[in-house]
Amino acid sequence: MSAELTVALQATAPIPLNITLRIAPGELVALVGPSGSGKSTILRCIAGLHRPAHGRITSGDTVWLDTEKKQMLPPQQRRVGLVFQDYLLFPHLTALQNLTLAMDQGSQADQQARAITLLDRVRLRGLADRYPVQLSGGQQQRVAVARALARDPSVLLLDEPFSAVDRLTRERLQRELALLRRSIDTPMLLVTHDLEEARSIADRICVLQAGRGLQDAPPELLFRKPRSARVAKLLGSYNIFRGELVQEDKGPQLRWGSLTLTPGSRWQQRMPGPVTWFIPDADIVLQRSESETPRDGRNVIQGRVDECVALGTRTSLRVSCPAAAATLALDVPTHRARRQQLAIGSSVALVLLTDGIHALDDDGGYREETAD
Amino acid sequence: MDWTALRLSLELAAWTTAILLPVGIIVGRWLAHRRFRGRGFVEALIALPLVLPPTVLGFYLLSAFSGDAPLGSLWQTLTGGTLNFSFTGILLASIIFNLPFAIQPVQRAFETVPPGLREAAWCCGLSDWRTFLRVELPLVWPGVISAFVLTFVHTIGEFGVVLMVGGAIDGETRTIAIAIYDRVQAFDDEAAGAMSLLLLTVSFVAIGLVYGLAGRGSAVRVR
Repeated sequence: MSAELTVALQATAPIPLNITLRIAPGELVALVGPSGSGKSTILRCIAGLHRPAHGRITSGDTVWLDTEKKQMLPPQQRRVGLVFQDYLLFPHLTALQNLTLAMDQGSQADQQARAITLLDRVRLRGLADRYPVQLSGGQQQRVAVARALARDPSVLLLDEPFSAVDRLTRERLQRELALLRRSIDTPMLLVTHDLEEARSIADRICVLQAGRGLQDAPPELLFRKPRSARVAKLLGSYNIFRGELVQEDKGPQLRWGSLTLTPGSRWQQRMPGPVTWFIPDADIVLQRSESETPRDGRNVIQGRVDECVALGTRTSLRVSCPAAAATLALDVPTHRARRQQLAIGSSVALVLLTDGIHALDDDGGYREETAD
Repeated sequence: MDWTALRLSLELAAWTTAILLPVGIIVGRWLAHRRFRGRGFVEALIALPLVLPPTVLGFYLLSAFSGDAPLGSLWQTLTGGTLNFSFTGILLASIIFNLPFAIQPVQRAFETVPPGLREAAWCCGLSDWRTFLRVELPLVWPGVISAFVLTFVHTIGEFGVVLMVGGAIDGETRTIAIAIYDRVQAFDDEAAGAMSLLLLTVSFVAIGLVYGLAGRGSAVRVR
């Protein structure tokens, strides 16, 4: 019964928008981007709370918005389940009444029974008669999710739903949402600025900047192969560099400072010339140069640890490579950093795995010197 | 005890409150939610009766209600009667004089309702009207009760404006507050004392009710 949601929005003011989205039933797409990138506005457009200058939104065969035909369904007729950032529960109603108020079908007894089932699903059995003020932040969030589901929505929208709770509660709620979503067959759209959150629960991530959709891809693909330097930067990536591609008989070669790297075979199709490239830190293998010898001698670069900060179980390193006049960033497990006695000034060798070296589209957003 | 004056005061208070309550809710909600140029001016205009001496307001109303003024002559053309020295006249004056009491508590109450709550209600499928009835009204209820009680009690105790516009015509414009003044002028301290005690009791109970309800409202059902 659930249908695909399609969204196409364009606007220049008050908030610029330029995005197309397609979400299949049961699919969870995360919209990520910095503050003011238009994430919440897109959600409000879908819910019918904001009218963009141009746009078309459909849920299956039903047109919710078509600015060309001057068609716009009010929020009440869209069957949208929206979990607000600050939940916005009705303070004068109990948890149960918050749910039944959102139901428009069935007798009162049916509605109560359904509301209790929903509260069970979000693990709030026994708290049905509590008022919002008597519930903890995490419990309020669960009531908000249950209320959003109470209408049998055609789309479930979640606006930073975990931002108002402490970290432990957030992790628990994220796990619960990951479990709950398996039983939901509507399209779901999650707005978040937390990349890890998006990575752990979304099927696809759409990266936004200034209202523009920059890339829409499954999390692993997105983090390993961002389309452009701008996307890589928004994803918090550091290892973005300029180099020059040359096609030689033995295959493509990447000139990087005085070094020559061998990228993956996909680079054969690229035109030779200057190129912006990226390597995820998962594709950088660290070796202590004195004790280990590289496996095949390819893409080995010598460096020196400039920064070594233990952050719990991970240790963050900055390694400068004089031959390339560049600094690479990578995380290693803290126990490994200790075992290898890594410290500022340590000499190390880094192996850049060929498959990890990835060419970025030039989008004008690249500034090597501003990398941080 | 001047029972006619008491009945007249109660009638005047009932009519004033009945007319002003919906006005208070509509204008209070509008002022709480809308941001527009001249909003401060509108608010100042509504609050004016709070600071204006009643005789000043009474004087201007007396002038506006006279047959020579546009409002007074329009009323005369429509009904054949005059506004000055009539029950309708003191009712109209009472409505104007009580605007801040009817609007301000409701406006403050609406201002405490998060704007997002209405959007949450719309997304739950509630129409504008159901959102108002099921979400907004229950939340602003203490403000509405305050407005109701304050308007009612304030009308009963009103003196200066009523005297200026209505005079003291028995059974038509002589309210209990004016009757007390009349009795004191006639050295009938006993009657004046009885009526004053009655007004004091009514006012105290009403104010107690407002504070009691406001206290309950602020502790929204925490048991």
